[in-house]
Amino acid sequence: MTRLAARTAASLALLVIALAFVGPFLWVLIASVQPAATLSASLTPAFSLDNFRAVLTWETTILPLINSVVISGATAVLTVLVAGLAAYPLSRYQLRYRRPFMLTLLFTTGLPVTAILVPVYAMFFRFNLYGSVPAMVLFLTASSLPFSIWMMKNFMDGVPVNLEEAAWVDGAGWFRSLTSVVGPLMAPGIAVVAIFVFVGQWGNFFAPFVLLDAPEKQPAAVTVFTFFSEYGQVAYGELAAFSILYTAPAVILYVAVNKYLAGSFNFAGSVKG
Amino acid sequence: MTVATAPSPPPVTSPPARGPSRRGRAARRLLPLAPALVLLALFLAGPVLWSVYIAFTNETLTGSASVNAQFVGLANFVKLFGDPNFLNSFLLTFVFVIGSAVIGQNTLGLIIALLQRGRARVTRSVVNGVVIAAWVMPEVVAAACWFSFLAEDGTLNTVLGISQEWLYTAPMVAVILANIWRGTAFSMLVYSAALSEVPTDLVEAAAVDGAGPARRLLHITLPLIRRSIMANLMLITLQTLASFGLIYALTGGGPGTASQTTPLYMYEQAFRYFEIGYGSAIALVMLLIGALFSLVYLRLIKVEDA
Repeated sequence: MTRLAARTAASLALLVIALAFVGPFLWVLIASVQPAATLSASLTPAFSLDNFRAVLTWETTILPLINSVVISGATAVLTVLVAGLAAYPLSRYQLRYRRPFMLTLLFTTGLPVTAILVPVYAMFFRFNLYGSVPAMVLFLTASSLPFSIWMMKNFMDGVPVNLEEAAWVDGAGWFRSLTSVVGPLMAPGIAVVAIFVFVGQWGNFFAPFVLLDAPEKQPAAVTVFTFFSEYGQVAYGELAAFSILYTAPAVILYVAVNKYLAGSFNFAGSVKG
Repeated sequence: MTVATAPSPPPVTSPPARGPSRRGRAARRLLPLAPALVLLALFLAGPVLWSVYIAFTNETLTGSASVNAQFVGLANFVKLFGDPNFLNSFLLTFVFVIGSAVIGQNTLGLIIALLQRGRARVTRSVVNGVVIAAWVMPEVVAAACWFSFLAEDGTLNTVLGISQEWLYTAPMVAVILANIWRGTAFSMLVYSAALSEVPTDLVEAAAVDGAGPARRLLHITLPLIRRSIMANLMLITLQTLASFGLIYALTGGGPGTASQTTPLYMYEQAFRYFEIGYGSAIALVMLLIGALFSLVYLRLIKVEDA
């Protein structure tokens, strides 16, 4: 009897927690389909997609979302390439300073990027890089590298070395071996790192906010904020619609990675085969 | 220094090295690391060293000091530690970290993970879903959610049946609650993983010996996952220390400076008033605190194979 009571209490507590977590979402979800929604959580029976129609214009959402895709995508691709290359010697060779190097990378992941942006801004200003999207992508790549190299090395350690030996016998160097043997075998790992970096940069607000000058270069993170501070009070329904359009890709990609991580990588099969 | 625990191949089965000398071979082996090292040096190590330099100058982006910045020694740091606005921001950051991370996210994450053990799959998925959704969404959107949730006739006041302008009357409470909501998923995931490694027979043996649930938790479960607890505390502290977007979008640091944590104060000095030298001094203090916590974190976790 007491056991049943304890289980019921635990389930009830979880229900309360789940409801509390749903609370802040509620009005955003509802307001997006309520015409003329304001901050007041007052429900009307009307349902319309007018808010989505209103924000789906080139300047408000389409260009910012394209900018987000370009910035996050370029950072993800560059990070995967550079981290993948760096992981190869770290995973395959006995290097003298490997352990201190890996520990330094781990240490770097803890440093506040927010604070690093002040000198980065000063440097960009001095070298005429302020407002340059490629320069910002290079900075974002550098800030994503420490953690990505760690993840890449761990995934690469999971690819048995003897699978590469056949390629070496055939005269392939490290680069051929990396691109034609190791790379394809750790494709799930590469996807995880790429999506991880992409989702992280998709939500990044501070870096583009301080490093980019013109509104037409800004990703959705910054334009949502601008929209929020200018029209958040009056056109909350449109802000909600914009927020949902901007959040959806991050959620979808997270769900995709989650599935990938759940399925175990079967390397044993390819050793036998 | 190399700890030979990695499954690295012996030299015989390494990729063929075509270089004539040993040094050439070593250089070729390190070549793939070069792009990463260049990027890290130029865009991460460089700026950190640069901030050390400009923190000792009076560099600004406007006015006379923008053309020829002067070396001013420790002036920025002397000013910093006598600056009531900085000390205010430091105190607020402390309150924010303790309230939202150490107490809020950490405890709530642990409680959810504990409650989820042995529950039905559906219950677990639903709870995980809503908690993780708050974590995955971009911080600006999280701020937009809380802006309406805390509005005068928003969801929270409607549910509680009160009228309260949370963002004006209790801005720190508002940002702390919003950050608990946003960050709890991380602690929950860490603790779910840690709890799944706790051997059930130990806990059951204690139950047979007559230990109640509270004693089992305090004397068996928590001591067994203490490393995870410490590592989690360090990680969420590091994340919360530098938090900018959520607070900035919700309150802008206000009203006045009532919720202006150190990252927001740094932003105001460096990017609004263009006091780059002074802003860098603040950034350097933040970096040092971050470095300290990061070192403690490295000591706490067991890095088996690096």
